[in-house]
Amino acid sequence: MAIKSPKDFWAGVMFIAFGGGMAAIALNNYQMGSAVRMGPAYFPTVLGGILAVLGLILLARSLALKGEQVARFHFRPLLFILAACVAFGYFLKPLGLVGATLLLVFISAYGGHEFKWKEVAILFVVLFVFSVLVFVKGLTLPFPICPEAIEDFCRF
Amino acid sequence: MEILSNLALGFGVALSPFNLLMCLVGVLLGTLIGVLPGVGPVATIAMLLPITFNLSPVAALIMLAGIYYGAQYGGSTTAILVNLPGESSSVVTCLDGYQMARQGRAGPALATAALGSFFAGCVATLIVAMFAPPLAEVALKFGPSEYFSLMVLGLVAAVVLAHGSLIKAIAMVILGLMLGLVGTDVNSGVLRFAFGISELADGIGFVTVAMGMFGLAEIIANLEHKGAREVFTGKVKHLWPTKEDFKRIVGPVLRGTFLGSALGILPGGGALLASFGAYTLEKKVSKYSAEFGKGAIEGVAAPESANNAGAQTSFIPLLTLGIPSNAVMALMIGAMMIQGIAPGPQVMTERPQLFWGMIASMWLGNLMLVVLNLPLIGMWIKLLTVPYRILYPSILVFMCIGVFSLSNNPFDCLLMAAFGLLGYICVKLECEPAPMILGFILGPLMEENLRRAMLLSRGDPLVFFQKPISASFLVVSIILLVIIALPNIRRKREEVFVEET
Repeated sequence: MAIKSPKDFWAGVMFIAFGGGMAAIALNNYQMGSAVRMGPAYFPTVLGGILAVLGLILLARSLALKGEQVARFHFRPLLFILAACVAFGYFLKPLGLVGATLLLVFISAYGGHEFKWKEVAILFVVLFVFSVLVFVKGLTLPFPICPEAIEDFCRF
Repeated sequence: MEILSNLALGFGVALSPFNLLMCLVGVLLGTLIGVLPGVGPVATIAMLLPITFNLSPVAALIMLAGIYYGAQYGGSTTAILVNLPGESSSVVTCLDGYQMARQGRAGPALATAALGSFFAGCVATLIVAMFAPPLAEVALKFGPSEYFSLMVLGLVAAVVLAHGSLIKAIAMVILGLMLGLVGTDVNSGVLRFAFGISELADGIGFVTVAMGMFGLAEIIANLEHKGAREVFTGKVKHLWPTKEDFKRIVGPVLRGTFLGSALGILPGGGALLASFGAYTLEKKVSKYSAEFGKGAIEGVAAPESANNAGAQTSFIPLLTLGIPSNAVMALMIGAMMIQGIAPGPQVMTERPQLFWGMIASMWLGNLMLVVLNLPLIGMWIKLLTVPYRILYPSILVFMCIGVFSLSNNPFDCLLMAAFGLLGYICVKLECEPAPMILGFILGPLMEENLRRAMLLSRGDPLVFFQKPISASFLVVSIILLVIIALPNIRRKREEVFVEET
């Protein structure tokens, strides 16, 4: 059978997987209880079931009615932006705010259309100084500014 | 007059120097992000939530509210000068505002937007002050079944007002409800859907979800096209509208204000719906309907008044029922919870300073906006020339710092990235994230009230139809769903959204 509406088809698949999966996890691991005393599995199972049914309707419709193609995924910005955020989180403690901001700005800028070393470097310096002044000094967020290894050398 | 003494109390709170400063910071920030295309109030408020930890509850809410209605002012500037909606509710302002700018009438268009917004802001503030107290009194009598049914109505309304496919919108609401259940179940203490990750024991942070689904997904989607913008940075002359203009905008501003106020109160409503509705209405009733789309000043006045009115009256369900009507209001609930305030009808009686202070600050904020913005227009225009390649890494830095500071845990950044991916997929599949966010915030509340209601009724689900208030909410929900499921109306609804987006 041909898929006539890929957008609906994949949305249907997503909802079936999510709803069905969550309902299955809830049923197998938590107590159902009764309508009077609902257990932790009750609400998620009902919702998951409804979600899966809605997914099925979308799926069935996508085989019958004509619809739009899924627009192309642009993997470059997607990967670079997401990677930049994750890198910031996991390198903030070992590399300090300076290292984490450096990674975030350079990785994310590389995901765009134009990448000019000089411009990005200036942007990094401005953002770093601003963040230190506003967030660390002004709002006293407990962020390390410098990398862990050389912490003792750069006390302000 | 009770309302006068209440307002006096409110102004006393709002006029304290620090609260006044926070109001100013809020409206300036709001205008800033409203002007910048690609940065919306949802992402900004989410970013600033962690920072409000250190503020008093009144100051925090005053600032956050200022961001929301400030963004409505700022959005119009971009719409008129660049033909890009700086803010989603300014989409329709582009149609006529940009045409006016091309005819060299950018000044009057900007002034009309500002004056219309100011008028609407004043009226909406009064409406909130008048209607919120009686509503809260009714809401105090609500039991779990009424609350559950009310939430159903709110979610149904969010679905009705979402763009595109009805089934997808319902599915997104349910997806949101389920994501809201992650974490420890309050009734049994069982850890649900945590997959052995200790960070998920307290549930998924709302800020993390909102920033990922709206902020990150938006940035990634924006980076898809190389945008060259044409900015009318040329001198904006003759700010003041002519006498003839004034005559033409009185009607549209009045109609826009009242329609906007009404649509703002609806669950699922708010600024976006208000501006669409007002433009459509104006096009129908105006004497100059032939000029619409070619630079009719009515096409700027009506939606701009309406979106500001809607932005403000959407606080009514939040303040009286504790139920958010849109994503921004859901964030405001988050802000209240951070401050240890349980949103609901009791806020007004237990914390009158907070309630009335916020209302008074709305009027002051609107005054600041109109006084500041007309002279500052030159500065906002300059901001528009900042290229996006500079803008988005800066936004990312603030988002990451904000998310990380929630619990000083790198896991939150990972989670935000995961929701960024989900948000991007949803953009591609045309599933709107707004209903999901609403479901997410209401999920735990709904489950809680459902359980309580069922316990009280000894497992009889008919209880929701036996209590008159609860039953009427459900009946309205069902009617709404049936109406939009009718083929005729569904086609019309799709047409409306296609025509206007």
